[in-house]
Amino acid sequence: MKQFMMAATCAAMLAAGAAQADIKIGMITTLSGGGASLGVDIRDGFELAIKERGGKLGGVPISLSVVDDARKVENAKQAATRMIKKDKVDILTGIIWSNITMAVVPGVTREDVIYISPNSGPSAFAGARCDKNFFNVAWQNDNLHEAGGQYLTSQNVKRAYILAPNYPGGKDALAGFKRFYKGEIVGEIYTKLGQTDYAAELANLRAANPDAVYFFLPGGMGINFVKQYDQAGLKKDIDLYGPAFSFDEGILKAVGKAALGVYNTSQYTHDLDNDANRAFVASYMDAFGKRPSLYVSQGYEAALVIDAALKAVGGDISDKDAFRAALKNAKFDSVRGKFAFASNQFPIQDIYVRQVVEDGEGVTNKTIAKVFTDHANAFVADCKLGQ
Amino acid sequence: MSIALLFEQALNGLQQGMMLFLLASGLTLTFGIMGIINLAHGATYMIGAYVAATVMASTELFLVSVGAGMLVAGIMGLILEFGILRRLYDRDHLDQVLATFGIILIANEGTKIIFGPQALFMAPPDYLNQAVPIGPDMTYPLYRISIILVGLLVVLFLRHLILHTKLGMLIRAGATHREMVAAMGVDIARVFTLVFGLGAMLAGLAGAMAAPLLAVQVGMGENILILTFVVIIIGGLGSVRGAFAGALLVGLVDTFGRAILPSLLMTILPPATAAGIGGSLSDIAIYLLMAVVLMIRPEGLFMVKGKR
Repeated sequence: MKQFMMAATCAAMLAAGAAQADIKIGMITTLSGGGASLGVDIRDGFELAIKERGGKLGGVPISLSVVDDARKVENAKQAATRMIKKDKVDILTGIIWSNITMAVVPGVTREDVIYISPNSGPSAFAGARCDKNFFNVAWQNDNLHEAGGQYLTSQNVKRAYILAPNYPGGKDALAGFKRFYKGEIVGEIYTKLGQTDYAAELANLRAANPDAVYFFLPGGMGINFVKQYDQAGLKKDIDLYGPAFSFDEGILKAVGKAALGVYNTSQYTHDLDNDANRAFVASYMDAFGKRPSLYVSQGYEAALVIDAALKAVGGDISDKDAFRAALKNAKFDSVRGKFAFASNQFPIQDIYVRQVVEDGEGVTNKTIAKVFTDHANAFVADCKLGQ
Repeated sequence: MSIALLFEQALNGLQQGMMLFLLASGLTLTFGIMGIINLAHGATYMIGAYVAATVMASTELFLVSVGAGMLVAGIMGLILEFGILRRLYDRDHLDQVLATFGIILIANEGTKIIFGPQALFMAPPDYLNQAVPIGPDMTYPLYRISIILVGLLVVLFLRHLILHTKLGMLIRAGATHREMVAAMGVDIARVFTLVFGLGAMLAGLAGAMAAPLLAVQVGMGENILILTFVVIIIGGLGSVRGAFAGALLVGLVDTFGRAILPSLLMTILPPATAAGIGGSLSDIAIYLLMAVVLMIRPEGLFMVKGKR
C-alpha cells in the first residue's frame, strides 16, 4: 500500500512537472577580467547542484542562462533588463560585487523578480532598504570581519593594526571588525584601491609594533600584501588575520607558502564535518579536480535554496507570496552544517576561523575554531520585513 | 618617525621608482621618439610576468625565468610593431589609442584563456628570499634590493646605448630629424622596430621582476600603466633621463605620501577622519606632483630639444 502511494505521488509529481514550463533562472556574474575566478566558482557551484539533480531543481527542469558582466555595472544592468523584459526570467542571481548589486538589484526587485545573491550583501539591503524579493545566501558584508574582531578579542590580542582599501567596502569591513574588537587599534590605514606595492605600509606597520594585523584587501591586492608581508620577515613576529576572501583555494595557489600560518574567517571550508559537505566536496572534486572554495559553496547553496523552495511549492511559482515564503523557510542539508534566513533574508549561520596549512595536496585551509554560533547581522532590526 | 624608518621608506620609494623606470624608459622612447601612444605597454609587462611565473614553476631557475619573460615580451613587442603599430605612425593619436586598447583586451582575454582566471604563483628564489640587515635593528628584503640593483644596471645600459653607440645616435637623430636621417640612407623604420622591441623587453623585465612581489594576474598591467604615464609626463616625453628622474620622484612621493601623510594628519585631526583624508590625499599626491611640474615646466622636467 505504502509503495503504491509512493508510486502514485511520483506519478502525480511527474504529471505536474510535465505540465509546467521550465523555471528560467538568469545568472549575471563576472567571468572575465579581474576577479573572474569568483564568478567562475559561483557559476560552477550553481551548475553542479543542477547537474546533480538531473537538470532540475525541486523536480522542475531549469533553464539557466549565464551572462558575463566583466565586472562592469553597465553590462550587468543591460543583462538584467534583457533577462527580465525579454527572456522573462523567474529568478536572477550571480552578481559578485557590492557596487554592481547596489546598482542593478533595485531594478530587479521592483519588477517583482526574485533575486538570490550568492555573494555580495551590502548593509543597505540588509537594513532599511531590505526587500521581500532580495535574498542573500552567503553573508552580510560585515560578517566575516565581525568574526575577525571577535576572534582577536577572544585571543586577548591587545594591540591590533588594521588596514583596508579606501572605498566604501573597505570602510564597512573595518567598521564590522571594530564592532566586535575590544582591544586597542594602534593603526587604521586605508590604502589605494588596486594598490600593488605595500612596502611603505609594511614599514610603518613594523614600527607601530602591534600584536596582530587584520587586513581586508580583496583579490590581487591581498595576494600582493601577503607575499610582501612574508618577504619583509614580518610573519614570524606579528600574526596576520583576514577574511576568507584573501585566502580562498584559488588565491592560496597564487600566494603559496607565503600564506602559511595566517588566520582567516569564513562561513565555509571544505573540511567542515558534515555529510552534506562530504558529498559536495567529493562531487566537486570529481568534476573539477580541486577543492571547492567558499564561493563554490555559495553558488551551490544558492541553487539548493531554490531547490528546497520549489519542492515546498510543488514547482508552482505562480503564487509569488507562497514562493517567497518557501524560499525564506527553505530547509536543506547545508554544506555549512546548518542554515536559516533571518527576518531580513540574510543568513543566520556559524562562522569559523581557519588557518592556512600545507597538506599532501598543497597549501589549504584548516578549520580551527568556531567564532560565532547562529550569527545574523547588525542590521536585522532596521529591516521592516516580517515584523 | 625615526631616522631608521625614514631610511627604510626612502629605500621603498627608490625600489618603486626603479620598477617604474623599467616600464617608463620603454614607453617614453616609443611615445616621445616614435610619437606613438602605446597603451599595450602594460600588456607586455603582464606577458613578462606570466612567462616568468610559468617558466619558474617548471624549471625553478630564477634567472632563466626572468630571461624568458624578457625574451617573449620583446618578441611580442616586435610582432606588435611590425604587424599593427607600423600602420599607425601617421595616424591620429586617437586611432593609436583605439588600436592599442584593443590589443590590451585581446591580451587580457587571451591570457585568461591560456592561463585561466586564477592568479599565478611565483616566489623569489631562495637566495633572494630573505631579509638582510641594513643597519642597527633593521632588515630589508633582499629581493627589493636586487630590484634596485637591476634598475641601476638598466640605467647604465641605456645611458651607454643612447649616448655612446651608433644605434643611440640614430635614435636621437631619428627622434628630432626623422626625414633627414632617412634621407641619409638609414632605414629608420628598422631603428624604430628595434627601439620598440627594446622597450617591450624592458617592460617584460619589469613584469618578470615584479612577479615574485605581486599577484600575477590578468589586468596587472593597467594599474601600473597609469603611473608610468604620469612618470613620462613629469619627466618629459622622449627623454630617458627624464623618465629616470620622473620615476624616482613618483616612487618617492608616492611612498612618502602613503607613509607620512596619515600620521601627520593624525596630529591635527581625529584618528578616523585623519585615516580617511590621509588615504585620499596620498592617493592623489603623485597627481598633485604632476600638476605642479606641468605648471612650472609644461614640457616636463627634461624636454627633448628640437621636437616639432
